[in-house]
Amino acid sequence: MKFVGVSSCPTGIAHTYMAAEALEQAAKDAGHEMEVETQGSAGTIPLDPQTIADADGVVFAADLPVRDRERFEGKPIIDIGVKKAVHDPIGVMAAAVAAVEEARANPAATGGGSTTTVASPATKVTADASVGNKIRQWLMTGVSYMIPFVAAGGILIALGFLFGGDGVVAKLYGGTFEGVTYTSVMPSFDGGFASGNDIFDLLRQAGIPGLLFLLGKAAFFFLVPILSGFIAFAIADRPGLVPGIVGGLLAAVIGAGFLGGLASGFVAGGIAFYLTRLKVPKGVRGVMPVVVIPLISTIVIGVVMLLAIGKPIAAAQSWLTDWLSGLTGTSGILLGILLGLMMAFDMGGPVNKVAYTFATGGLTTAIAAGDMAGPALQIMAAVMAAGMTPPLGLALATAIRGKLFTAAERENGLACWLLGLSFITEGAIPFAAANPLRVIPALMAGSAVTGGLVMAVHATVEAPHGGIWVIALVGKPVLYLLAIVIGTVITAAVTIALKGAQARKLARTDQLQSVSV
Amino acid sequence: MSEPTPLITADLVATDLVAADRDAATRQLIDLLAAAGRVTDADGFHADVRAREAQMATGMPGGIGLPHARSEHVTVPSLAVGRIPAGVDFGAPDGPATLIFLIAAPASGDAAHLRILAALARRLVHESFRSSLLAAGSADEIAAIITREVVVK
Repeated sequence: MKFVGVSSCPTGIAHTYMAAEALEQAAKDAGHEMEVETQGSAGTIPLDPQTIADADGVVFAADLPVRDRERFEGKPIIDIGVKKAVHDPIGVMAAAVAAVEEARANPAATGGGSTTTVASPATKVTADASVGNKIRQWLMTGVSYMIPFVAAGGILIALGFLFGGDGVVAKLYGGTFEGVTYTSVMPSFDGGFASGNDIFDLLRQAGIPGLLFLLGKAAFFFLVPILSGFIAFAIADRPGLVPGIVGGLLAAVIGAGFLGGLASGFVAGGIAFYLTRLKVPKGVRGVMPVVVIPLISTIVIGVVMLLAIGKPIAAAQSWLTDWLSGLTGTSGILLGILLGLMMAFDMGGPVNKVAYTFATGGLTTAIAAGDMAGPALQIMAAVMAAGMTPPLGLALATAIRGKLFTAAERENGLACWLLGLSFITEGAIPFAAANPLRVIPALMAGSAVTGGLVMAVHATVEAPHGGIWVIALVGKPVLYLLAIVIGTVITAAVTIALKGAQARKLARTDQLQSVSV
Repeated sequence: MSEPTPLITADLVATDLVAADRDAATRQLIDLLAAAGRVTDADGFHADVRAREAQMATGMPGGIGLPHARSEHVTVPSLAVGRIPAGVDFGAPDGPATLIFLIAAPASGDAAHLRILAALARRLVHESFRSSLLAAGSADEIAAIITREVVVK
């Protein structure tokens, strides 16, 4: 027979390994194969999933909760203390063989005795990395799971604009477009299509482009929860997933953006990690990962997000809005630079929202008043252009210096051309989340220049969204596009410079480390 | 490239310990570690070992006592070995221990250092390893056997 096992003990330096060796020896002496995963202090090298899949039975010789216990689901398991494995490995193996035979004779009792194992999502975390490397690995794990959501959601939204034009938003959410007033056909995600709207109303009014747009928005809804959830997962394994995702959802709901999602991912992961390391009585241990840890960590992260983060953000936003409104009358170029900086700072987060709302509010008022010559249309143009350069600049950077990016980032870079052109600033989030201190300044530099230039040349736009697809509504389109190209090049150049410097520095430290070992 | 400090040297081996109980036997081995500069505070480390021993006795079948702890008073992963011909009780079900291994691990030991202790723990399970240590003629020989046999795979 083939067996797998897990051993662990309170100190993690002696019994863990003695139990593993004793069981492997006893199994070998009895003509079986066995491989034991030592969850001790020297780092855990997880069993190959194939080895687990091939195993007939499982032995837990563990005094601590077995990490990723789900991997062994559906197999006959004997759960003994570590001491028994050391003192009587032959007896333990006999019991394990008996458990396998029992399961074969009576498959229903052990969940069908099936050999299905639950695949665990991979992380990029290695056991003995330094603190700085660990943080980078946690971030990259979250980002790698978020990227497909950005790409799929962003492309769907872009396609919605491409086929539906500027009107798609009014037709979905309600509003006035080209003199026609629409009521909202947007389903609420809570109640599905039940709240008086059905899919046919939606298709009749907004068509296929409206459906594409809606699905894209649904995917975008998960950006921050997935980012936060998988950062926490990387830190604390499966127990981190619930508080991470719930915390990320709250970050999205309170408008904290992806930076709020980063914070909630780290906090949630930290809480869950701490809780998994608590020593608890054996009776409680079984329900810790399924009930206790998700419950407690979710309560803590919920309170943190809603009170410690949500309240201050709302206060800061209203302060920023007042301050921006007070700036009317100052230099247009300065205002353009400022709005550019704000647009690129958090890409859909609270600061970006203030700038965008400031522009759209002004635009609505100006259109209602018939004031097409005032600064409101220029401000809208500056904000839209400055929101296009972050994804475009990163798309350019991945195209000319692919080596500085991961494979997933390079693919996301391809999607970013379309996202940038469509004024979907979120396309830049995966890059910014993975390396905020270097990428965000680069994005802000390019967007500030673009915002200032648009104001300087007095370009205008009459629509609040749509990017390149509403170019027909742009006044001075050539200069407007030129401003976007300049900002794109600046963002790409600064990104390459900052990431390049970091890559050289990392390469140097790696060399130093390999010499000193 | 600095050679890592060996897990054990001859001056960490006591071939003929006499001790009334496991606490006294442990203390004599701790004093060897302290004399070699591997433990900075003998009392502090002793308290950590006692705390570990209180969780679960470390006596093994085959006459082995295995007191151990991770402690901030330990500077480098170390092993001290004592043979007690008269035996001393370590809570093993099959009788007193005649061979005592005291494992000292630093509190903040990185994984590379801790792997050597993991390798040691795996060797201890083997009857042939234990009997060769009981049969060894001198402290030097005991240290040499351990250094030879305990290797990180």
